[in-house]
Amino acid sequence: MMGWERIDTAKGTSCRVWRHGQGSPLVYLHGSAGILEADGLLSALAREHTVYAPELPGFGESSGEELLEDMLDFTLHGWDVVNALGLDRPTLVGHSLGGMVAAEMACVCPERVEHLGLIAPAGLWMDEHPVADIFGVLPQSLPGLLFHDPAQGAAALTGGVDFSDDDALVSFFVENARRLGTAGKLLFPIPNRRLSKRIYRLAARTAVIWGESDRLIPPVYASRWGQLIPGAEVVLIPDAGHMVTLEAPAAVADAIEKLLVR
Amino acid sequence: MKFVWFNLMPWPHLPDDFREKHHSVWVDIDSRLYDPAQGHVLYHEYMDQLEYADSLGFDGIGVNEHHQNGYGLMPSPNIIAAGLARRTSKAAIAVIGNSIALYNPPVRVAEEFAMLDVISGGRLLAGFPVGTSMDTNYCYGQIPALTRDKYQEAHTLIRRAWAEPEPFAFDGKYNQLRYVNTWPKPIQQPHPPIYIPGGGSIETWDFCVENDYNYSYLSFGGYIAGKRLLDGYWERVATLGADESPYRGAFAQIICVADTDAEAEELYAEHILYFYNRCLHVFPGFADAPGYRTIKTLQAGALGQLRQAAQRRFSELTWKDLVEGGYVIAGSPETVRDRMKDMIEGLHIGTVFCLMHNGNMPDWKTRYSTRLFAEKVMPHLQDMWPDWKGDDRWWCKPLDNRLDPLETVGGRARSELTEAGQ
Repeated sequence: MMGWERIDTAKGTSCRVWRHGQGSPLVYLHGSAGILEADGLLSALAREHTVYAPELPGFGESSGEELLEDMLDFTLHGWDVVNALGLDRPTLVGHSLGGMVAAEMACVCPERVEHLGLIAPAGLWMDEHPVADIFGVLPQSLPGLLFHDPAQGAAALTGGVDFSDDDALVSFFVENARRLGTAGKLLFPIPNRRLSKRIYRLAARTAVIWGESDRLIPPVYASRWGQLIPGAEVVLIPDAGHMVTLEAPAAVADAIEKLLVR
Repeated sequence: MKFVWFNLMPWPHLPDDFREKHHSVWVDIDSRLYDPAQGHVLYHEYMDQLEYADSLGFDGIGVNEHHQNGYGLMPSPNIIAAGLARRTSKAAIAVIGNSIALYNPPVRVAEEFAMLDVISGGRLLAGFPVGTSMDTNYCYGQIPALTRDKYQEAHTLIRRAWAEPEPFAFDGKYNQLRYVNTWPKPIQQPHPPIYIPGGGSIETWDFCVENDYNYSYLSFGGYIAGKRLLDGYWERVATLGADESPYRGAFAQIICVADTDAEAEELYAEHILYFYNRCLHVFPGFADAPGYRTIKTLQAGALGQLRQAAQRRFSELTWKDLVEGGYVIAGSPETVRDRMKDMIEGLHIGTVFCLMHNGNMPDWKTRYSTRLFAEKVMPHLQDMWPDWKGDDRWWCKPLDNRLDPLETVGGRARSELTEAGQ
């Protein structure tokens, strides 16, 4: 079974969910760029699992973002989606913004999360290692922050939009404003909503997966997550940046599979 | 017509290679470019100019709020306004305005504006901007997508704080206050005239019409480019069934007056170019935090003005481009008079914020231009809009028997002066 389906949450949001594959349920929470067509990770994960990738309100064709304002809203929204999908204890995997939400979900309902995959998650802050400000750069500078290979990455991020074309730039701006405007509720101006105060509750077996060339959230944060989650496996992936999900999908999927047999 | 003399208070010592060597004039401007000792002289020079405008008969004198900004040295316009309230007695004091979403809690604005209104004898025009994205989001850390919601709550709270005679509890999303009891209250009741400075967000239009607030379009693009946006505003005014009093609208315009057109170029061109080339060197990545503008506004195309291309254009403009494109109204009193008429009629506005100190203009040139405008331009324009003569719904209503602050020079007791006078 594969393709898009739509769910309505108890709170009133309406979300598209990309569903693919067969096997144990795995819920994948995307990052600030949304669900990208080029995302090889989803298909890689779908070989062993039924993958559910809900689109966050404020992204693409999913709506109701005005109902989500703060960290608790987004965390409970995550569980509302899992409930609407009729799942009990799915494996949770999240990338970047989605990783932040997945970690919060695991702190709020530790009994419902056995396995947790955090791919370059946001949510921690160290003054001596500031996370780059995605809200204070021009769109054409984003690939340089997000990819090990920015030239290859730019096309995947924008679906081939040519940023040297002013009209294309403006139209990307409008779409981007909605996505990043929503993400900003959790990430602006500092991507820290005090998860570190709650992380002691996290009981899941956890893999922390990071691209070694991540220039948005530097890999030093991988060690920090490793310190805060006892027993977490930290996996660094070479030749990949923050969008490790696009640049090294097989390696990421491999790390998730290893987590699940632990 | 109402003419408000305005000074953005720019820093006049940005280096020649500012645009090439520096990232932005705003948000992350190099603080080493500021020198407090020079700043001391500058604040006094700029405040003296505002007082000079009052003495020449301008209807109002105006200040505004910017943060971490090389062309706006007023993080707190209320401090400047308080100084002006003590040293003037005729002109309206236009604070355009306080970014009400940034004050915690926003009753601070209700209090300070009430103080200004009382000190000035009821001369306050109260501006409530949402605030630019640079100020509000990047400098003051407000979450872009929630900024407008927070603004609306602050607005509701301030209006109630001014109006309600009894202490009340306010259970807001961003402000919880058990006892709101603003003290003192403003002289002007139920509230001072409210001005909403806008940069092009279309939902602001409905807000202005529904509340009977003045919509002030502030841009540096000039009156020719501003027409498209103000036409949209007036269309909305008509749709909502409000009357079309020109005093519902205001516009900020850079104006330079000299003896002749040639003298205007000779005297002012370098300073105007300083403003457009250096002061408007804002890093485009700070122009519009995602979520700050609503999707509706973005789809309406207001973003076009903020595009990087527009930023680039400013630096390439020559004096001729600036004058012909209406960015700047400059020339002899006759030229300025004609072009002001075009602007006032074209935009259908009753109030002009006259930007008469620009960039690094020295004091004498500012005063020269200001005096020529007051003596040779203003008198010819004051009676425009005869059909709306006396429409003072958006103007201050000072006490008739307000004090003349000039009498207290030297700290002498007012009673002493009164006795001496008798």
